[in-house]
Amino acid sequence: MDITREYYDSSKLPHPAIAEFFALIQYWDLVVQFVSRSIKTRYKRSVLGVFWTMLNPLMTMVVLTLVFSNVFRFPIQNYPVYILSGLTIWNFFSAASKQAMGEMFYSGGLLNRIYIPKSVFVVSAVATGMVNLGLSFVVLLGIALILGVQVNFTLLVLPISILIATLFTFGIGLVLATAAVYFSDIMPFYDVILMVWFYATPVFYPADIIPAQWAWVFKLNPMVYIVDIFRQPIFQGTIPSLHQWVIALAVSLVAFFIGWYLFTIKSNEYAYRI
Amino acid sequence: MNTLTASDRTSNQPASLGDPPAIQFDQVSVCYRVPRERVSGIKEFAIRWLQKRLEYETFWALQEVGFQVEKGETFGVIGRNGAGKSTLLKVIARVLVPIRGRVITRGRIAPLLELGAGFNYELTGRENIYLNGALLGYKRKEMDQLYPSIVDFSEIGAFIDAPMRTYSTGMIARLGFSVATCSRPGILLVDEVLSVGDTAFQEKCLDRMQSYRAQGTTIIFVSHNMDVVKWFCNRAIWLKTGHIRAAGETIGVVEQYLADKTV
Repeated sequence: MDITREYYDSSKLPHPAIAEFFALIQYWDLVVQFVSRSIKTRYKRSVLGVFWTMLNPLMTMVVLTLVFSNVFRFPIQNYPVYILSGLTIWNFFSAASKQAMGEMFYSGGLLNRIYIPKSVFVVSAVATGMVNLGLSFVVLLGIALILGVQVNFTLLVLPISILIATLFTFGIGLVLATAAVYFSDIMPFYDVILMVWFYATPVFYPADIIPAQWAWVFKLNPMVYIVDIFRQPIFQGTIPSLHQWVIALAVSLVAFFIGWYLFTIKSNEYAYRI
Repeated sequence: MNTLTASDRTSNQPASLGDPPAIQFDQVSVCYRVPRERVSGIKEFAIRWLQKRLEYETFWALQEVGFQVEKGETFGVIGRNGAGKSTLLKVIARVLVPIRGRVITRGRIAPLLELGAGFNYELTGRENIYLNGALLGYKRKEMDQLYPSIVDFSEIGAFIDAPMRTYSTGMIARLGFSVATCSRPGILLVDEVLSVGDTAFQEKCLDRMQSYRAQGTTIIFVSHNMDVVKWFCNRAIWLKTGHIRAAGETIGVVEQYLADKTV
């Protein structure tokens, strides 16, 4: 048994942002339990389970391809791969950040009764999202190959792109989970934000159709950079520039630190709200 | 309970005197901030904020509560509903951090607040044992070792691989108690849990608690059943509206509590 669990002095607690980090490490086995539980329930009917997960992005891809390559005639080669790669990383972000918030709601009763480091719920949600992202990625790669995209060694940078996207998602998830402590209607509110955010991010349209006078809006949208560093190696077969990496990483680090700080100093209030 | 004789109380002594106390409360106050009208959403919050109608009432669940529990003691907490008993347990269990004052605990804490709170009814008993163990802070390896004795104590038998929704209330309570007490804790928090399960299992629970107590576990016992409190605890406190009204030998405290007719 861990020595730190033996002695407790409420007047000598380290700063919550630090205390939470060590508590999270101690409860790592709980994170593993939560992740394997949600993966298991999702993919219980193994093959079919994966199929249903992929059906949504695939159908979205098909519909958007039909609409935009025939009606609007976007000048993009391999447009389906462009959409699907964007959707894959977007879906990871939106699903994981939503689940981070949802877990806090559903576990409220538990948090009122026993001590659990609350970040466990956010970490589990994002980790579950990463597993799902891994599976979607296999499908994405298969479709890219079928459609004749020249896939090359640049794929090797993708783990870094995914790590940066995860950091960002984790940060946003923490902010949302903090808000969930105070507001019970944050879920539908966030759904609306997500929808607007989705259309404001070049997922299904090319970035260069944005009029010059609106370009600054897109420069303020962090998801533009996150989508970019994931899509470019797959779709164009090139490594994103240093400039892109730096911005994506900086934005994600800011999101992470703000999220972690807010969450750890505020999440203790959860138990006070009956 | 009546079958238990007076001789059982002989083990009712602190196991080791001279050690630092297991629990120290020093002028502990806990306050809940309750909105006067319940504001639950962003929309309402924004409207109220614009109208400057956001008002909160503070509700002091514990006020300058101070006491000490020696290692190996069995300590009763009595009082009416809403007196602050559960809040006190939550402070010991680290669910709540006191607003003012200081709490020190020594020893691993096993909370017994409402058995089965962490169970997922779609999972099997086996999966739930591991899940609940992780919720209580056990590592996977520790659970692998403890697993057989948990199943054995719970008397679930072959049902252990069936989904938990097929369990009876008694089975759930038994499994909950078995996991929560699967290894001897330094401090055991008991909140009115012995009202579930049949008599035979209740006695088994009491037996286990007594054996842990004999080995030096400190027990904080919250109950409305004064007979059990008198029989089980060597000292007690009586809480009323967040204050300690009486503290000391159990029998005296219980008598004062029962004599109190004021609200």
